[in-house]
Amino acid sequence: MQIPIEYYLVLSAFMFSVGIVGVLTRRNAIIVFMSVELMLNSANLALVTFSSYLGDTTGQLFVFFVMAVAAAEAAVGLAIIIAIFRNKLTVNIDEINILKW
Amino acid sequence: MIDLIYLTVLFPLLGFLFNGILGPKIRSEKVIGIVGSSAIGIPFIVTVGALIQTLSLPVDQRLNIATLFQWINVAGLNINFSYQVDQLSLLMSLIVTGVGFIIHVYSIGYMHGDKSFWRFFAYLNLFIFAMMNLILADNFLLLFLGWEGVGLCSYLLIGFWYDRKFENSTTSSAGLKAFVVNRIGDFGFLLGMFLIYSTFGTLVFTDVFSRAVAFDVPEHIFTLIALFLFIGAVGKSAQIPLFVWLPDAMAGPTPVSALIHAATMVTAGVYMVARCNIIYASAPTAMMVVAVFGIFTAFLAATIGLVQNDIKKVLAYSTVSQLGYMFLAMGAGAFSAGIFHVMTHAFFKALLFLGAGSVIHSMHEAQDIRKYGGLKKYMPVTYATFLIAATAISGIPPLSGFFSKDEILWYSYSNLGIIFWLLGLITAMFTAFYMFRLYFMTFEGQEKFSAKGGSEVGGDHHKLHPHESPKLMTVPLIILAVLSIIGGFIGIPEIFSGEHGNIFHSWLAPVFKLAEFKMMNISSHSHFEELVLMIVSVAAAASSIFFARHIYLKKPAIAEKFSSGFKGAYNILLNKYFIDEVYEASIVKPMVKGSENILWKIADNKMIDGLINSLAKLVGSVSNNIRKIQTGVAQSYALVMILGILVALFWIIISYS
Repeated sequence: MQIPIEYYLVLSAFMFSVGIVGVLTRRNAIIVFMSVELMLNSANLALVTFSSYLGDTTGQLFVFFVMAVAAAEAAVGLAIIIAIFRNKLTVNIDEINILKW
Repeated sequence: MIDLIYLTVLFPLLGFLFNGILGPKIRSEKVIGIVGSSAIGIPFIVTVGALIQTLSLPVDQRLNIATLFQWINVAGLNINFSYQVDQLSLLMSLIVTGVGFIIHVYSIGYMHGDKSFWRFFAYLNLFIFAMMNLILADNFLLLFLGWEGVGLCSYLLIGFWYDRKFENSTTSSAGLKAFVVNRIGDFGFLLGMFLIYSTFGTLVFTDVFSRAVAFDVPEHIFTLIALFLFIGAVGKSAQIPLFVWLPDAMAGPTPVSALIHAATMVTAGVYMVARCNIIYASAPTAMMVVAVFGIFTAFLAATIGLVQNDIKKVLAYSTVSQLGYMFLAMGAGAFSAGIFHVMTHAFFKALLFLGAGSVIHSMHEAQDIRKYGGLKKYMPVTYATFLIAATAISGIPPLSGFFSKDEILWYSYSNLGIIFWLLGLITAMFTAFYMFRLYFMTFEGQEKFSAKGGSEVGGDHHKLHPHESPKLMTVPLIILAVLSIIGGFIGIPEIFSGEHGNIFHSWLAPVFKLAEFKMMNISSHSHFEELVLMIVSVAAAASSIFFARHIYLKKPAIAEKFSSGFKGAYNILLNKYFIDEVYEASIVKPMVKGSENILWKIADNKMIDGLINSLAKLVGSVSNNIRKIQTGVAQSYALVMILGILVALFWIIISYS
């Protein structure tokens, strides 16, 4: 018995929403970062699902790309966070607000 | 040599570049003077060569055009840098390069020791360059290029001693005045040029003039063109009402006054009218206007000249007056007589100015003739040549002025009427009077210069020793004196020389052929009348010379009595009919006040600046409020973004279902 496609998509949408809420509400930059990863992976899940159901490997290929970009982004992002922490001794993003009027 | 005519333009330009660029580094007056002078001397030789070649051609082939390159070619307007070598332009070129060369040589002596010696020669060469373009141009636009060029050089040279005081202001403001007044005339000239182009479809002289004959153009168009061009001539040649700049132009060094403001540039207007003779001949009304303006300028300027005390001012008003004579000739249709007077005037007026320069030089820049007197024995050459020039301008035969002036008087009598002749005669008497007043007060009588030195400029307080000028200055005087004596003999009137005996007229006749044909006012007066008028005018001039001698040499008290007896008239003349004051009050003041109070303080400061500033303030205050949106918190930006995405999503979902 095959699992219906809706299951996967609902899970993906749920993960994405959790990611959004995480990005919008959490103060710690690292958790915001993890939420972004969550959103990326929910998109990955959707891609893999469609790939499997349509018998087209393009979706899986895209997932690899997304993962590679996410890894690179994580490396750069963490480096920035460390740099900020060294300067301001905090990673709360509501306290990092010097780029304003 | 006709093909080489471009050299007459090229050499002055090279001289200008050499002196202008390398002059400040060379600083050797010898090198700069020789280069500057030969840049005019070589063109003179080329012009003589072109003259000889033209003389060898048959009469109907004496108009040659040498094209250098195409200048403008757009939408049917085709203008070349090409030079028209014909009888008229050759004659003018000879005057300009010949007299110009003499004055250049004189300047080497006169400007000796000046800190901007090189600049002077650079400007003079640039002037000759522009003037040659003006004269040799074969179309109106190229003529206009030269026209503006000489105006520029005039401005530069009037203000040459920019650090010196002149009357109540500086020499540079005198230059500015000349420039601005000339602009008014140029405006008219431009309008005339536009009208010519829209009427005839070309600006090339030969085409315009042949079409003026061939096309069926209504007379009022000709009148308009002629009057517009005449406005230009009025500005350049210092006629009423635009003559006010010329007396102020005396702020420049004296050789400049001789070259630009007496011999060459100011006659450009006369030359232009003569060049457009067919247009004027087709517009009798305009001719009349020219004649009236000419005679009134001649008369008024002569009356002002009677009482001036500055040696150069007298000569300046004399120049204005003589230019009026030339325009009288133009208006009378006696084009070649007018050009003849241009030539003789160039000789004797350049001589008068250079003589005055020589006097000023030896008197340490003092220019007031009341402080001269008795210079005869100190400066024999200057004295003799000045006397010759004064006699020539007074119209005493057989000097050159007699022939040209009498011819103009005769034509104004036969073509215009006795009133013009009478005014001309009175002007001639005044001319003789003020010239000899100048002469007697300067060279004869008692020495009135103080022993302390008359200079407030130089600041040298050693004893004043009048002395003859160096050879570099006296030799030019002698050459010009010889020309002033013999210059008239090429234009001996026909009553003395027989039919076609007037070489000057027969030489220029082809240029004015069409105009003469159009006017057809061959005088019906007899030779007897001409002879009578001639005797009358000579007698009049001679008597005013004796009158001047009587007053200023024998009984100076009479002059005092006159000036105090007719104090009102004397003051009006001394203040030049208050024309400068009238212009000051009616044009300059309202213009300055209007610019200051309305254009500057209201239109610019309040309206334009106000508009711009309030716009900037509006933008500033709006963005001051809007920029608060930029909180700097990344999450608020993300929230807005997500809300936007949600709105977009809903929009898509709603529009699909």
